[in-house]
Amino acid sequence: MMKFSYFPGCTLKTRGAALDRCGRAAAEALGFALEELPEWQCCGAVYPNARDEIATRLSSVRALMAARDAGTELVTLCSACHHVIKRVNGDIRRDEDIRAKVNNYLKPEAPYAGEAEALHYLEVLRDRVGFDAVKQKVAAPLAGMKIGAYYGCLLLRPSKELAFDDPENPSVMEDLIRALGAEPVVYAMRNECCGGYVTIENPDYAKKQAQRIVDNAKALGAECLITACPLCMYNLRANTDGSLPVYYFTELLAKALGVDGEEAKQA
Amino acid sequence: MIDMMEQITRIAGVNPRKCMRCGKCSGACPAYDEMEYHPHQFVSMVENGRIDELMRSKGIYTCLSCFACVERCPRSVEPAKLIEAVRCAVERQQGMDRLRPEAVPGLLNPDLPQQAITSAFRKYRK
Ligand code: SF4
Ligand code: SF4
Repeated sequence: MMKFSYFPGCTLKTRGAALDRCGRAAAEALGFALEELPEWQCCGAVYPNARDEIATRLSSVRALMAARDAGTELVTLCSACHHVIKRVNGDIRRDEDIRAKVNNYLKPEAPYAGEAEALHYLEVLRDRVGFDAVKQKVAAPLAGMKIGAYYGCLLLRPSKELAFDDPENPSVMEDLIRALGAEPVVYAMRNECCGGYVTIENPDYAKKQAQRIVDNAKALGAECLITACPLCMYNLRANTDGSLPVYYFTELLAKALGVDGEEAKQA
Repeated sequence: MIDMMEQITRIAGVNPRKCMRCGKCSGACPAYDEMEYHPHQFVSMVENGRIDELMRSKGIYTCLSCFACVERCPRSVEPAKLIEAVRCAVERQQGMDRLRPEAVPGLLNPDLPQQAITSAFRKYRK
């Protein structure tokens, strides 16, 4: 069985529990194991843009090192964790100054030089499992559902660093939607920012951004949206008129695979 | 002592002099109307050392950190990093945090994800 180290992140243990629960149940059904890192720390939710910040990069490095030492790739489900951890890994690989300072602080037995690979769960589905294999495991196809994939910012940009998908015309979630037997709705705002970061300090501004996305997806025929980000999820629900249901992509995945994730919740 | 402009470019780790003023960053920016200095202007003001004005601008808080400008820039200027660097320069001053822990309980609601609070602290407090 394929094995991965798994970094759930702060929100998946609490408000975003459905993203985690369904993701684990689906992994089991698809035949890969997510082994939660024994001692992970919150990634900080925001990539430290300032090049002179070292402390804010350490939790990502610790997680990456643990995955390296376990000999596995490091998988995340949350867009923000994925964004932060993958970019910090890139910093360690490319930026000698950051690498030296981080190693000087952590003093690991084996210095960390970016050996681990950070993957988003969607990349595992696409590149390790394959959508054909996903399709074969679908027990309850989502026939007739018109689903808009909402990518937002963090999964895609900057594409040079994240190398996740085409930043202007992504397809991984549309391919997933097809594999689940539903119909993807391509709409213009799927890779535009929902304004999630300003929801605390400027909710009116966040509302404006989020509503534009919902309106555009509806106009193109979407009946619901899927996302991989708990902050987008909140923003698209709480800061809009609520006219489009929003789900985590793992919720629909688990549903189509016939595993609703309830067992995982009790475990 | 190194001047403010030098500090900003060091924090950001990018070089505003590479900018060719094509405006693609501003064209892509979802916060364009909310920033009194649009991304391409912001870059040029850093280049010209107009850091004080930028430090007083509300755009350092209305930039959404969406990286659309970074994605679009053909010259790898990465405007978002310059904006973040100016915000850092403001918040790293004594007593200049944008968000204080005492204010947090009043901002919470039962549905708000932890990520919203964590990210606000990362952005608004140094
Ligand atoms: S990161 Fe900020 S400046 Fe750049 S496009 Fe997004 S909102 Fe505009
Ligand atoms: S896209 Fe890049 S080169 Fe063009 S104006 Fe913006 S910062 Fe300058």
